[in-house]
Amino acid sequence: MTEQLKFRNLTLGYDRHPAVHHLDGAVRTGSLTAVVGPNGAGKSTLFKGVVGVIKPLAGRIERNGVRPQDIAYLPQVAEIDRSFPISVYDMVAMGLWRGKGLFGGIGAKDRDTVEGALAAVGLTGFEQRPIGTLSGGQMQRMLFARLLLQDARVIVLDEPFNAIDTKTCADLLLLVRRWHSEQRTVLAAMHDMELVKANFPESLLLAREPVAWGATADVLTPENMLKARRMCEAFDEQAQACVVAA
Amino acid sequence: MLYDTLIAPVAEFEFMRRALVGTFALALGAPPIGVFLMLRRMSLIGDAMAHAILPGAAIGFMIAGLSLFAMAGGGLIAGLIVALGAGLISRSTQIKEDASLAAFFLISLALGVTIVSVKGSNVDLLHFLFGSVLAMDDPTLMLIVGIASVSLVALALIWRPLVLECVDPGFLRSVSRAGGPAHIAFLALVVMNLVGGFQALGTLLAVGIMMLPAVISRFWARDITGMIGVAIGSAAVSGYAGLLVSYHLNLPSGPGIVLVAGALYAVSVVAGPAGGLIWLALPQRHLEA
Repeated sequence: MTEQLKFRNLTLGYDRHPAVHHLDGAVRTGSLTAVVGPNGAGKSTLFKGVVGVIKPLAGRIERNGVRPQDIAYLPQVAEIDRSFPISVYDMVAMGLWRGKGLFGGIGAKDRDTVEGALAAVGLTGFEQRPIGTLSGGQMQRMLFARLLLQDARVIVLDEPFNAIDTKTCADLLLLVRRWHSEQRTVLAAMHDMELVKANFPESLLLAREPVAWGATADVLTPENMLKARRMCEAFDEQAQACVVAA
Repeated sequence: MLYDTLIAPVAEFEFMRRALVGTFALALGAPPIGVFLMLRRMSLIGDAMAHAILPGAAIGFMIAGLSLFAMAGGGLIAGLIVALGAGLISRSTQIKEDASLAAFFLISLALGVTIVSVKGSNVDLLHFLFGSVLAMDDPTLMLIVGIASVSLVALALIWRPLVLECVDPGFLRSVSRAGGPAHIAFLALVVMNLVGGFQALGTLLAVGIMMLPAVISRFWARDITGMIGVAIGSAAVSGYAGLLVSYHLNLPSGPGIVLVAGALYAVSVVAGPAGGLIWLALPQRHLEA
Protein backbone atom coordinates (compact mmCIF):
# COMPACT_ATOMS: atom_id res chain seq x y z
CA MET A 1 0.00 0.00 0.00
CA THR A 2 1.75 3.17 -1.11
CA GLU A 3 0.82 6.61 0.07
CA GLN A 4 0.04 9.16 -2.61
CA LEU A 5 -0.18 12.21 -0.34
CA LYS A 6 1.42 12.65 3.03
CA PHE A 7 0.65 15.59 5.31
CA ARG A 8 3.34 16.23 7.87
CA ASN A 9 2.20 18.56 10.66
CA LEU A 10 0.68 20.66 7.89
CA THR A 11 -0.61 24.15 8.62
CA LEU A 12 -2.17 26.18 5.82
CA GLY A 13 -3.78 29.58 6.04
CA TYR A 14 -3.92 33.23 5.17
CA ASP A 15 -2.12 36.14 6.83
CA ARG A 16 -0.51 33.72 9.31
CA HIS A 17 -3.98 32.66 10.54
CA PRO A 18 -4.31 28.90 10.16
CA ALA A 19 -7.28 27.55 8.17
CA VAL A 20 -5.91 24.01 8.36
CA HIS A 21 -4.04 23.38 11.59
CA HIS A 22 -1.49 20.65 12.35
CA LEU A 23 -2.76 18.03 9.94
CA ASP A 24 -0.91 14.73 9.97
CA GLY A 25 -1.73 11.69 7.91
CA ALA A 26 -1.65 10.09 4.52
CA VAL A 27 -3.92 9.46 1.55
CA ARG A 28 -3.40 6.00 0.08
CA THR A 29 -2.78 5.62 -3.64
CA GLY A 30 -6.03 4.75 -5.36
CA SER A 31 -8.22 5.70 -2.42
CA LEU A 32 -11.48 7.63 -2.67
CA THR A 33 -11.77 10.08 0.21
CA ALA A 34 -14.49 12.57 1.11
CA VAL A 35 -13.31 15.66 2.96
CA VAL A 36 -16.19 16.83 5.12
CA GLY A 37 -16.67 19.56 7.69
CA PRO A 38 -18.58 22.79 8.24
CA ASN A 39 -18.08 25.90 6.10
CA GLY A 40 -14.76 27.46 6.99
CA ALA A 41 -13.36 24.13 8.12
CA GLY A 42 -10.43 24.44 5.71
CA LYS A 43 -11.52 22.00 3.00
CA SER A 44 -10.85 24.39 0.11
CA THR A 45 -7.68 25.60 1.78
CA LEU A 46 -6.41 22.05 2.10
CA PHE A 47 -7.07 21.44 -1.58
CA LYS A 48 -5.33 24.64 -2.59
CA GLY A 49 -2.37 23.44 -0.60
CA VAL A 50 -2.46 20.00 -2.24
CA VAL A 51 -2.41 21.51 -5.76
CA GLY A 52 0.25 24.02 -4.76
CA VAL A 53 -1.77 27.22 -5.15
CA ILE A 54 -0.90 28.27 -1.59
CA LYS A 55 2.24 27.48 0.34
CA PRO A 56 2.13 25.86 3.78
CA LEU A 57 2.59 28.18 6.76
CA ALA A 58 4.28 25.26 8.47
CA GLY A 59 4.86 21.57 7.88
CA ARG A 60 4.77 20.05 4.42
CA ILE A 61 2.92 17.99 1.85
CA GLU A 62 4.66 15.04 0.21
CA ARG A 63 3.13 14.04 -3.10
CA ASN A 64 5.05 10.84 -3.82
CA GLY A 65 6.64 12.10 -7.03
CA VAL A 66 3.55 13.77 -8.50
CA ARG A 67 4.11 17.43 -9.36
CA PRO A 68 1.44 19.83 -8.07
CA GLN A 69 0.57 20.89 -11.61
CA ASP A 70 -0.10 17.25 -12.56
CA ILE A 71 -2.93 17.04 -10.04
CA ALA A 72 -6.36 17.59 -11.63
CA TYR A 73 -8.21 20.23 -9.62
CA LEU A 74 -11.85 21.24 -9.75
CA PRO A 75 -12.12 24.62 -8.02
CA GLN A 76 -15.40 26.06 -6.83
CA VAL A 77 -17.49 27.35 -9.73
CA ALA A 78 -17.35 30.90 -8.45
CA GLU A 79 -13.81 31.32 -9.77
CA ILE A 80 -14.89 31.08 -13.41
CA ASP A 81 -15.79 34.20 -15.38
CA ARG A 82 -18.90 32.91 -17.11
CA SER A 83 -19.31 36.05 -19.21
CA PHE A 84 -16.07 35.33 -21.03
CA PRO A 85 -16.74 34.56 -24.72
CA ILE A 86 -15.33 31.06 -24.98
CA SER A 87 -17.03 27.90 -26.27
CA VAL A 88 -17.68 24.72 -24.31
CA TYR A 89 -15.37 22.87 -26.69
CA ASP A 90 -12.41 25.22 -26.14
CA MET A 91 -12.94 25.21 -22.40
CA VAL A 92 -12.93 21.40 -22.27
CA ALA A 93 -9.91 21.19 -24.58
CA MET A 94 -7.93 23.16 -21.97
CA GLY A 95 -7.85 19.86 -20.10
CA LEU A 96 -5.20 18.74 -22.59
CA TRP A 97 -2.84 21.38 -21.22
CA ARG A 98 -0.51 18.94 -19.49
CA GLY A 99 0.22 17.14 -22.77
CA LYS A 100 0.04 20.17 -25.06
CA GLY A 101 1.44 23.00 -22.97
CA LEU A 102 1.51 26.51 -24.34
CA PHE A 103 2.06 25.74 -27.98
CA GLY A 104 1.16 22.11 -28.74
CA GLY A 105 -1.29 21.66 -31.61
CA ILE A 106 -4.65 19.93 -31.23
CA GLY A 107 -4.84 17.18 -33.88
CA ALA A 108 -7.58 14.87 -35.12
CA LYS A 109 -6.86 12.34 -32.38
CA ASP A 110 -7.11 15.02 -29.71
CA ARG A 111 -10.40 16.22 -31.17
CA ASP A 112 -11.74 12.68 -30.84
CA THR A 113 -10.60 12.65 -27.22
CA VAL A 114 -12.40 15.93 -26.55
CA GLU A 115 -15.57 14.65 -28.23
CA GLY A 116 -15.30 11.47 -26.16
CA ALA A 117 -15.06 13.43 -22.92
CA LEU A 118 -18.04 15.59 -23.90
CA ALA A 119 -20.03 12.43 -24.67
CA ALA A 120 -19.03 10.88 -21.33
CA VAL A 121 -20.59 13.79 -19.44
CA GLY A 122 -23.62 14.02 -21.73
CA LEU A 123 -22.75 17.32 -23.40
CA THR A 124 -22.59 16.14 -27.02
CA GLY A 125 -24.09 18.88 -29.17
CA PHE A 126 -23.02 21.66 -26.81
CA GLU A 127 -19.58 22.13 -28.42
CA GLN A 128 -20.09 25.64 -29.80
CA ARG A 129 -22.25 27.02 -27.01
CA PRO A 130 -20.69 29.93 -25.09
CA ILE A 131 -20.07 28.86 -21.51
CA GLY A 132 -22.30 31.67 -20.25
CA THR A 133 -25.39 29.91 -21.67
CA LEU A 134 -24.90 26.75 -19.61
CA SER A 135 -26.98 25.91 -16.56
CA GLY A 136 -25.27 25.15 -13.27
CA GLY A 137 -25.45 21.41 -13.85
CA GLN A 138 -24.22 21.64 -17.44
CA MET A 139 -21.36 23.81 -16.25
CA GLN A 140 -20.32 21.14 -13.79
CA ARG A 141 -20.58 18.46 -16.49
CA MET A 142 -18.30 20.56 -18.68
CA LEU A 143 -15.73 20.88 -15.91
CA PHE A 144 -15.82 17.13 -15.34
CA ALA A 145 -15.15 16.63 -19.05
CA ARG A 146 -12.09 18.83 -18.67
CA LEU A 147 -10.99 16.75 -15.67
CA LEU A 148 -11.37 13.59 -17.76
CA LEU A 149 -8.97 15.01 -20.34
CA GLN A 150 -6.42 15.86 -17.69
CA ASP A 151 -5.96 12.14 -17.17
CA ALA A 152 -4.35 12.76 -13.78
CA ARG A 153 -3.27 10.22 -11.16
CA VAL A 154 -4.55 12.48 -8.39
CA ILE A 155 -7.90 14.27 -8.69
CA VAL A 156 -9.09 16.93 -6.25
CA LEU A 157 -12.74 18.04 -6.38
CA ASP A 158 -13.84 21.11 -4.40
CA GLU A 159 -17.56 20.72 -3.63
CA PRO A 160 -18.30 19.04 -6.96
CA PHE A 161 -21.97 18.31 -6.26
CA ASN A 162 -23.12 21.60 -4.78
CA ALA A 163 -26.44 22.87 -6.17
CA ILE A 164 -26.59 20.03 -8.68
CA ASP A 165 -29.76 18.02 -9.37
CA THR A 166 -29.88 14.30 -8.56
CA LYS A 167 -29.58 13.14 -12.19
CA THR A 168 -26.46 15.22 -12.85
CA CYS A 169 -25.06 14.21 -9.49
CA ALA A 170 -25.59 10.52 -10.27
CA ASP A 171 -23.97 10.88 -13.72
CA LEU A 172 -20.95 12.65 -12.30
CA LEU A 173 -20.62 10.16 -9.44
CA LEU A 174 -20.30 7.44 -12.08
CA LEU A 175 -17.20 9.26 -13.36
CA VAL A 176 -15.80 9.49 -9.84
CA ARG A 177 -16.33 5.74 -9.37
CA ARG A 178 -14.68 5.13 -12.73
CA TRP A 179 -11.62 7.08 -11.58
CA HIS A 180 -11.62 5.06 -8.37
CA SER A 181 -11.72 1.78 -10.30
CA GLU A 182 -8.81 3.02 -12.43
CA GLN A 183 -6.74 3.30 -9.22
CA ARG A 184 -6.63 7.07 -9.34
CA THR A 185 -6.47 8.89 -6.00
CA VAL A 186 -9.58 11.03 -5.55
CA LEU A 187 -10.29 13.65 -2.86
CA ALA A 188 -13.64 15.45 -2.79
CA ALA A 189 -14.99 18.14 -0.47
CA MET A 190 -18.56 17.14 0.35
CA HIS A 191 -21.54 18.45 2.30
CA ASP A 192 -24.13 15.74 1.59
CA MET A 193 -23.48 13.04 4.21
CA GLU A 194 -25.81 10.53 2.55
CA LEU A 195 -23.79 10.80 -0.67
CA VAL A 196 -20.58 10.36 1.29
CA LYS A 197 -21.84 7.28 3.12
CA ALA A 198 -23.08 5.70 -0.11
CA ASN A 199 -20.08 6.43 -2.31
CA PHE A 200 -16.92 7.26 -0.41
CA PRO A 201 -15.10 4.43 1.42
CA GLU A 202 -12.98 6.88 3.40
CA SER A 203 -13.55 10.27 4.96
CA LEU A 204 -11.55 13.05 6.55
CA LEU A 205 -13.59 15.17 8.95
CA LEU A 206 -11.97 18.56 9.13
CA ALA A 207 -12.75 21.52 11.38
CA ARG A 208 -9.58 23.50 10.89
CA GLU A 209 -7.95 20.69 12.84
CA PRO A 210 -8.51 17.10 11.81
CA VAL A 211 -11.35 15.62 13.88
CA ALA A 212 -11.35 12.10 12.47
CA TRP A 213 -9.91 10.30 9.47
CA GLY A 214 -10.49 6.76 8.27
CA ALA A 215 -13.33 4.48 7.15
CA THR A 216 -16.41 6.62 6.50
CA ALA A 217 -18.62 4.73 8.95
CA ASP A 218 -16.12 5.35 11.77
CA VAL A 219 -15.62 9.01 10.92
CA LEU A 220 -19.18 10.26 10.42
CA THR A 221 -20.43 9.45 13.89
CA PRO A 222 -22.78 11.90 15.68
CA GLU A 223 -20.11 12.62 18.32
CA ASN A 224 -17.52 13.53 15.70
CA MET A 225 -19.98 15.73 13.79
CA LEU A 226 -20.87 17.61 16.96
CA LYS A 227 -17.23 18.09 17.79
CA ALA A 228 -16.56 19.50 14.33
CA ARG A 229 -19.46 21.94 14.59
CA ARG A 230 -18.18 23.41 17.85
CA MET A 231 -14.88 24.54 16.37
CA CYS A 232 -15.14 28.27 15.87
CA GLU A 233 -14.95 29.66 12.36
CA ALA A 234 -13.73 33.23 12.77
CA PHE A 235 -10.11 34.31 12.73
CA ASP A 236 -9.02 35.62 16.09
CA GLU A 237 -7.28 38.91 15.38
CA GLN A 238 -5.55 38.75 18.75
CA ALA A 239 -4.31 35.19 18.26
CA GLN A 240 -0.87 34.51 19.64
CA ALA A 241 1.82 32.74 17.68
CA CYS A 242 1.15 29.01 17.77
CA VAL A 243 3.69 27.10 19.87
CA VAL A 244 2.58 23.49 19.38
CA ALA A 245 5.78 21.51 18.90
CA ALA A 246 6.31 20.09 15.42
CA MET B 1 -17.07 60.51 -58.26
CA LEU B 2 -16.60 57.50 -56.01
CA TYR B 3 -12.97 57.44 -57.08
CA ASP B 4 -12.56 61.10 -56.16
CA THR B 5 -14.07 60.51 -52.76
CA LEU B 6 -12.48 57.24 -51.75
CA ILE B 7 -9.31 56.63 -53.76
CA ALA B 8 -7.96 59.90 -55.11
CA PRO B 9 -6.83 61.49 -51.85
CA VAL B 10 -4.75 58.43 -51.05
CA ALA B 11 -3.50 57.92 -54.59
CA GLU B 12 -2.43 61.53 -55.03
CA PHE B 13 -0.85 62.45 -51.72
CA GLU B 14 2.02 60.64 -50.13
CA PHE B 15 1.22 61.88 -46.64
CA MET B 16 -2.20 60.25 -46.97
CA ARG B 17 -0.63 56.94 -48.00
CA ARG B 18 1.75 57.08 -45.07
CA ALA B 19 -1.05 57.92 -42.72
CA LEU B 20 -3.05 55.00 -44.09
CA VAL B 21 -0.19 52.53 -43.65
CA GLY B 22 0.34 53.79 -40.12
CA THR B 23 -3.30 53.53 -39.12
CA PHE B 24 -3.65 50.07 -40.68
CA ALA B 25 -0.63 48.89 -38.69
CA LEU B 26 -2.13 50.36 -35.56
CA ALA B 27 -5.43 48.68 -36.45
CA LEU B 28 -3.70 45.29 -36.57
CA GLY B 29 -1.78 45.58 -33.32
CA ALA B 30 -3.85 47.58 -30.86
CA PRO B 31 -7.45 46.28 -31.10
CA PRO B 32 -6.67 42.65 -30.07
CA ILE B 33 -4.93 44.07 -27.00
CA GLY B 34 -8.00 46.21 -26.39
CA VAL B 35 -10.27 43.16 -26.57
CA PHE B 36 -8.31 41.48 -23.80
CA LEU B 37 -8.28 44.67 -21.73
CA MET B 38 -12.05 44.83 -22.08
CA LEU B 39 -12.58 41.16 -21.20
CA ARG B 40 -10.40 41.59 -18.13
CA ARG B 41 -12.46 44.64 -17.13
CA MET B 42 -9.36 46.77 -17.55
CA SER B 43 -10.78 49.12 -20.21
CA LEU B 44 -9.88 52.28 -18.34
CA ILE B 45 -6.42 51.02 -17.53
CA GLY B 46 -5.45 51.55 -21.17
CA ASP B 47 -6.34 55.19 -20.66
CA ALA B 48 -4.27 55.47 -17.53
CA MET B 49 -1.30 53.78 -19.20
CA ALA B 50 -1.50 56.11 -22.19
CA HIS B 51 -1.06 59.03 -19.83
CA ALA B 52 1.73 57.30 -17.98
CA ILE B 53 3.68 57.33 -21.24
CA LEU B 54 3.52 61.11 -21.54
CA PRO B 55 6.13 62.19 -18.98
CA GLY B 56 8.62 59.68 -20.39
CA ALA B 57 8.12 60.94 -23.90
CA ALA B 58 8.29 64.51 -22.61
CA ILE B 59 11.62 63.88 -20.88
CA GLY B 60 12.91 62.38 -24.11
CA PHE B 61 11.74 65.54 -25.87
CA MET B 62 13.41 67.73 -23.26
CA ILE B 63 16.74 65.97 -23.78
CA ALA B 64 16.78 65.47 -27.53
CA GLY B 65 14.01 67.63 -29.00
CA LEU B 66 11.52 66.12 -31.44
CA SER B 67 13.54 62.94 -31.87
CA LEU B 68 11.50 59.82 -32.50
CA PHE B 69 13.73 57.47 -30.59
CA ALA B 70 14.20 59.66 -27.56
CA MET B 71 10.45 60.18 -27.29
CA ALA B 72 9.42 56.60 -28.06
CA GLY B 73 12.14 55.22 -25.82
CA GLY B 74 11.23 57.56 -22.97
CA GLY B 75 7.56 56.67 -23.35
CA LEU B 76 8.31 52.96 -23.45
CA ILE B 77 10.44 53.10 -20.32
CA ALA B 78 7.95 55.22 -18.38
CA GLY B 79 5.03 53.03 -19.46
CA LEU B 80 6.81 49.81 -18.58
CA ILE B 81 7.82 51.09 -15.16
CA VAL B 82 4.24 52.07 -14.37
CA ALA B 83 2.73 48.89 -15.85
CA LEU B 84 5.10 46.48 -14.17
CA GLY B 85 5.03 48.41 -10.91
CA ALA B 86 1.24 48.47 -10.80
CA GLY B 87 1.07 44.84 -11.91
CA LEU B 88 3.49 43.70 -9.23
CA ILE B 89 1.77 45.74 -6.54
CA SER B 90 -1.65 44.34 -7.41
CA ARG B 91 -0.31 40.78 -7.55
CA SER B 92 1.46 40.95 -4.22
CA THR B 93 -0.98 43.11 -2.22
CA GLN B 94 -4.72 43.52 -1.83
CA ILE B 95 -4.79 46.77 -3.82
CA LYS B 96 -6.52 46.36 -7.17
CA GLU B 97 -4.68 47.36 -10.30
CA ASP B 98 -7.13 50.11 -11.27
CA ALA B 99 -6.72 51.85 -7.93
CA SER B 100 -2.95 52.12 -8.19
CA LEU B 101 -3.14 53.20 -11.84
CA ALA B 102 -5.78 55.86 -11.21
CA ALA B 103 -3.21 57.84 -9.24
CA PHE B 104 -0.60 57.65 -12.00
CA PHE B 105 -3.09 58.81 -14.60
CA LEU B 106 -3.48 62.38 -13.33
CA ILE B 107 0.05 62.83 -12.03
CA SER B 108 1.57 61.69 -15.31
CA LEU B 109 -0.64 63.86 -17.49
CA ALA B 110 0.08 66.96 -15.41
CA LEU B 111 3.79 66.22 -15.27
CA GLY B 112 4.04 65.54 -19.01
CA VAL B 113 2.14 68.69 -20.01
CA THR B 114 4.31 70.75 -17.68
CA ILE B 115 7.57 69.40 -19.08
CA VAL B 116 6.52 69.90 -22.70
CA SER B 117 5.26 73.44 -22.01
CA VAL B 118 8.47 74.48 -20.30
CA LYS B 119 10.65 73.22 -23.12
CA GLY B 120 8.53 73.62 -26.25
CA SER B 121 5.77 75.60 -27.90
CA ASN B 122 2.01 75.13 -27.99
CA VAL B 123 2.40 73.35 -31.32
CA ASP B 124 4.66 70.79 -29.65
CA LEU B 125 2.09 70.36 -26.92
CA LEU B 126 -0.67 69.73 -29.45
CA HIS B 127 1.57 67.16 -31.13
CA PHE B 128 2.01 65.38 -27.82
CA LEU B 129 -1.64 65.44 -26.90
CA PHE B 130 -3.22 64.63 -30.25
CA GLY B 131 -0.44 63.20 -32.40
CA SER B 132 0.33 64.03 -36.01
CA VAL B 133 -0.94 61.21 -38.13
CA LEU B 134 -0.43 63.19 -41.35
CA ALA B 135 3.25 63.90 -40.70
CA MET B 136 4.75 60.46 -40.18
CA ASP B 137 8.25 59.93 -41.55
CA ASP B 138 9.89 56.60 -42.41
CA PRO B 139 11.32 55.82 -38.95
CA THR B 140 7.97 56.54 -37.33
CA LEU B 141 6.21 54.21 -39.76
CA MET B 142 8.82 51.53 -39.19
CA LEU B 143 8.33 51.85 -35.47
CA ILE B 144 4.54 51.51 -35.70
CA VAL B 145 4.70 48.61 -38.15
CA GLY B 146 7.36 46.90 -36.05
CA ILE B 147 5.28 47.25 -32.91
CA ALA B 148 2.24 45.80 -34.66
CA SER B 149 4.25 42.81 -35.91
CA VAL B 150 5.85 42.11 -32.55
CA SER B 151 2.56 42.42 -30.76
CA LEU B 152 0.72 40.02 -33.09
CA VAL B 153 3.44 37.38 -32.75
CA ALA B 154 3.66 37.84 -28.98
CA LEU B 155 -0.09 37.61 -28.63
CA ALA B 156 -0.07 34.32 -30.51
CA LEU B 157 2.61 32.99 -28.15
CA ILE B 158 0.85 33.94 -24.92
CA TRP B 159 -2.68 33.29 -26.24
CA ARG B 160 -3.53 30.23 -24.17
CA PRO B 161 -2.44 31.45 -20.75
CA LEU B 162 -3.92 34.88 -21.47
CA VAL B 163 -7.34 33.48 -22.35
CA LEU B 164 -7.25 31.04 -19.48
CA GLU B 165 -6.24 33.67 -16.98
CA CYS B 166 -9.32 35.68 -17.96
CA VAL B 167 -11.81 32.84 -17.88
CA ASP B 168 -10.51 30.49 -15.21
CA PRO B 169 -7.45 31.76 -13.34
CA GLY B 170 -7.70 29.02 -10.73
CA PHE B 171 -7.35 26.32 -13.36
CA LEU B 172 -4.42 28.09 -14.98
CA ARG B 173 -2.61 28.30 -11.64
CA SER B 174 -3.19 24.60 -11.10
CA VAL B 175 -1.75 23.46 -14.45
CA SER B 176 0.93 26.00 -15.24
CA ARG B 177 3.18 28.73 -13.96
CA ALA B 178 2.76 30.70 -17.19
CA GLY B 179 0.05 33.02 -15.84
CA GLY B 180 2.39 35.56 -14.24
CA PRO B 181 4.84 35.90 -17.15
CA ALA B 182 1.93 36.04 -19.62
CA HIS B 183 0.31 38.81 -17.62
CA ILE B 184 3.52 40.83 -17.57
CA ALA B 185 4.10 40.26 -21.28
CA PHE B 186 0.56 41.41 -21.90
CA LEU B 187 1.10 44.64 -19.95
CA ALA B 188 4.27 45.22 -21.96
CA LEU B 189 2.23 44.80 -25.15
CA VAL B 190 -0.28 47.35 -23.90
CA VAL B 191 2.52 49.86 -23.37
CA MET B 192 4.18 49.13 -26.73
CA ASN B 193 0.95 49.61 -28.63
CA LEU B 194 0.19 52.81 -26.80
CA VAL B 195 3.65 54.12 -27.68
CA GLY B 196 2.87 53.26 -31.30
CA GLY B 197 -0.52 54.91 -31.09
CA PHE B 198 1.05 57.90 -29.36
CA GLN B 199 3.09 58.71 -32.49
CA ALA B 200 -0.03 58.90 -34.62
CA LEU B 201 -2.83 59.93 -32.30
CA GLY B 202 -1.13 61.50 -29.29
CA THR B 203 -1.44 60.68 -25.64
CA LEU B 204 -5.10 61.56 -25.35
CA LEU B 205 -6.38 59.59 -28.32
CA ALA B 206 -3.96 56.63 -28.61
CA VAL B 207 -6.36 54.59 -26.51
CA GLY B 208 -9.14 55.34 -29.00
CA ILE B 209 -7.90 52.94 -31.65
CA MET B 210 -7.33 50.31 -28.96
CA MET B 211 -10.52 50.40 -26.92
CA LEU B 212 -13.28 51.63 -29.23
CA PRO B 213 -12.86 48.76 -31.74
CA ALA B 214 -12.76 46.33 -28.81
CA VAL B 215 -16.03 47.61 -27.41
CA ILE B 216 -17.57 47.63 -30.91
CA SER B 217 -16.60 43.97 -31.37
CA ARG B 218 -18.58 42.88 -28.34
CA PHE B 219 -21.79 43.83 -30.18
CA TRP B 220 -20.98 41.77 -33.27
CA ALA B 221 -19.32 38.54 -32.15
CA ARG B 222 -19.92 36.02 -29.39
CA ASP B 223 -16.53 34.32 -29.19
CA ILE B 224 -13.13 35.85 -28.70
CA THR B 225 -11.70 34.95 -32.11
CA GLY B 226 -14.61 36.63 -33.86
CA MET B 227 -14.35 39.62 -31.58
CA ILE B 228 -10.72 40.17 -32.43
CA GLY B 229 -11.54 39.92 -36.15
CA VAL B 230 -14.32 42.48 -35.82
CA ALA B 231 -12.11 44.76 -33.70
CA ILE B 232 -9.30 44.76 -36.27
CA GLY B 233 -11.76 45.29 -39.12
CA SER B 234 -13.56 48.17 -37.45
CA ALA B 235 -10.27 49.83 -36.49
CA ALA B 236 -9.05 49.64 -40.09
CA VAL B 237 -12.35 51.02 -41.41
CA SER B 238 -12.21 53.82 -38.81
CA GLY B 239 -8.67 54.65 -39.85
CA TYR B 240 -9.47 54.78 -43.55
CA ALA B 241 -12.81 56.58 -43.21
CA GLY B 242 -11.41 58.94 -40.60
CA LEU B 243 -8.56 60.00 -42.83
CA LEU B 244 -10.92 60.59 -45.76
CA VAL B 245 -13.39 62.57 -43.67
CA SER B 246 -10.63 64.73 -42.26
CA TYR B 247 -9.23 65.27 -45.78
CA HIS B 248 -12.52 66.25 -47.38
CA LEU B 249 -13.90 68.31 -44.51
CA ASN B 250 -10.54 69.75 -43.52
CA LEU B 251 -10.73 68.41 -39.97
CA PRO B 252 -7.89 67.24 -37.72
CA SER B 253 -7.09 63.62 -38.63
CA GLY B 254 -6.50 61.96 -35.27
CA PRO B 255 -9.80 63.09 -33.81
CA GLY B 256 -11.42 62.25 -37.17
CA ILE B 257 -10.30 58.62 -36.90
CA VAL B 258 -11.47 58.31 -33.33
CA LEU B 259 -14.78 60.01 -34.14
CA VAL B 260 -15.48 57.54 -36.96
CA ALA B 261 -14.76 54.72 -34.51
CA GLY B 262 -17.13 56.46 -32.11
CA ALA B 263 -19.82 56.55 -34.79
CA LEU B 264 -19.32 52.83 -35.45
CA TYR B 265 -19.64 52.28 -31.72
CA ALA B 266 -22.95 54.16 -31.64
CA VAL B 267 -24.26 52.10 -34.56
CA SER B 268 -23.13 48.90 -32.81
CA VAL B 269 -24.81 49.77 -29.54
CA VAL B 270 -28.06 50.31 -31.39
CA ALA B 271 -27.93 47.64 -34.10
CA GLY B 272 -25.22 45.12 -33.21
CA PRO B 273 -26.54 41.57 -33.52
CA ALA B 274 -24.98 40.48 -30.21
CA GLY B 275 -27.01 42.45 -27.71
CA GLY B 276 -27.74 45.66 -29.68
CA LEU B 277 -30.57 47.81 -28.34
CA ILE B 278 -33.04 47.35 -31.20
CA TRP B 279 -32.88 43.57 -30.87
CA LEU B 280 -33.70 43.89 -27.22
CA ALA B 281 -36.53 46.34 -27.91
CA LEU B 282 -38.11 44.47 -30.83
CA PRO B 283 -40.78 42.03 -29.74
CA GLN B 284 -39.54 38.62 -30.90
CA ARG B 285 -41.38 35.35 -30.50
CA HIS B 286 -39.50 32.96 -28.28
CA LEU B 287 -38.15 29.79 -29.82
CA GLU B 288 -39.58 26.31 -29.50
CA ALA B 289 -36.55 24.89 -27.71
